[in-house]
Amino acid sequence: MLKDITLGQYFPGDTVIHRLDPRTKLLMVIVYIVALFLCKWFVSYGVALAFLATVIILSKIRLKALFKGLKPLLIIILFTAVLNIFYTDGTVLVEFWIFRITREGLINAFFLVLRIMLLVMGTFLMTYTTSPIALTDGLESLLSPLKKLRFPVHELAMMMSIALRFIPTLIEETDKIISAQKARGADFETGNIFRRAKALIPILVPLFVSAFRRADELATAMECRCYHGGKGRTKLKQLRYRRRDVLSLLLGAVLLGGIITLRHFGL
Amino acid sequence: MAVQKAVTISDLHFAYPSQTEAEPLRIFDGLDLAIDEGSFVAVLGHNGCGKSTLAKHLNAILLPEGGSVHVFGMDTKDEDLLLDIRRTVGMVFQNPDNQMVANVVEEDVAFAPENLGVPSGEIRRRVDDALKAVGMYDYRKHAPHLLSGGQKQRVAIAGVIAMQPRCIVLDEPTAMLDPQGREEVMRTVERLNREKGITVVLITHHMTEAIRADRVIVMDRGKILTDGTPKQVFPQVELLKSAGLSVPATTQLIYALNEAGCALPPDALTTEECAQALYAMLKA
Repeated sequence: MLKDITLGQYFPGDTVIHRLDPRTKLLMVIVYIVALFLCKWFVSYGVALAFLATVIILSKIRLKALFKGLKPLLIIILFTAVLNIFYTDGTVLVEFWIFRITREGLINAFFLVLRIMLLVMGTFLMTYTTSPIALTDGLESLLSPLKKLRFPVHELAMMMSIALRFIPTLIEETDKIISAQKARGADFETGNIFRRAKALIPILVPLFVSAFRRADELATAMECRCYHGGKGRTKLKQLRYRRRDVLSLLLGAVLLGGIITLRHFGL
Repeated sequence: MAVQKAVTISDLHFAYPSQTEAEPLRIFDGLDLAIDEGSFVAVLGHNGCGKSTLAKHLNAILLPEGGSVHVFGMDTKDEDLLLDIRRTVGMVFQNPDNQMVANVVEEDVAFAPENLGVPSGEIRRRVDDALKAVGMYDYRKHAPHLLSGGQKQRVAIAGVIAMQPRCIVLDEPTAMLDPQGREEVMRTVERLNREKGITVVLITHHMTEAIRADRVIVMDRGKILTDGTPKQVFPQVELLKSAGLSVPATTQLIYALNEAGCALPPDALTTEECAQALYAMLKA
């Protein structure tokens, strides 16, 4: 039952977007988010929308998958929209009881919803087209200047990749523990919320004990394979910027510049 | 010059600090052992006899309290040699799940050479060679949790071979595997020993695996009980039983028949040899 959880929402493929260097994609997402927050009026939002649409078409990711990612955020999106509709001053369109809907409020709400949707879809597009390992490698490489400030960049990246590696193993183990406790007569399905929460204890305790034991064994195994931190470490797959990466980054710069210019003219 | 010694242990003393009692838990009190380079040694013993502790001394995971451990002439106490020692003596553990670091097979095999700072092109070559040596090359892009136990353990072995070690220590590598996985791992280990000349130290409690080694060392309470070729060791049925070990089914059968008055050769270890001996007796 737990095995059905999809992890690291990565859709393997071989498009230009998939082949981009993970660092390029990370940078582009940051640029895109900044650009979104600088958008002011319909024209700039139109440009941002067109940009994302092009990337979606290039990546061959189905729109359905992207909208699925938006679903959990539906409540937040609706909430911000409602707040904006009712709490913005301006030309009044409708008024009843203590509520007042303004023209500005409607436009603001529309922009906010659009902004959140574009932001979330843009970020999802990156995780959909980049394998978790590549993403970790990219992050490590991008953050490496922070090593000079003694920020543990390598250690964080290592933690992330080990966590990703052990998620399926621990899920499998949880499944086994649930079955074992059920076989001993544990009841997870009845009772109120407190009772059910309490029923989780016999699952969590063995899971944690086993996770600690695994961590201990893994540490020894890593030491045996000469792990001694990030110093002097090389990589099987070296990250390399190619022409398409340079082009994409230039395109990102143009997008950002364009949005800033449009903002200047209030568009 | 005689064969070089892969491992030389002299007068090893070691104890684990005990958490419940004041007395530390003594494991070794003056253990001496030498292992020739290129040999295939099986270490047998009951639980808690010190086999795993011994294994951990061979690549400086544990350091001796007294006496010394030398691997290929390097003293494990010398901290400057730590990486050289660990690269020379690779270690494979019981649970394959708990020794894999990456979530793609080839990335995992690349872990050790990456740590050693080997250039990318060379890592690629070593990873491919190591995966081919254990017969897992076709699975290089797979996620480890989708492999069978035997396959995972072979990947773990490949991860060690990628360091190009001269000796591999396997600490009960087949304990969690099904018979098929056990056979896969044993074949891989034997091939590495024969074809690449890698010294193998196999810690096990499966008698059928120990029969395949050149030399069997039986341990009991931190001491070497008996040491020799399988044909010398296994006929000592009473001694082995006193150490809480069972003997191979073939040896058990011959022992029982000889007790009952037959005269069978006690060193017929494999099923084939045993069947031959029985055939010869029945024919006579």
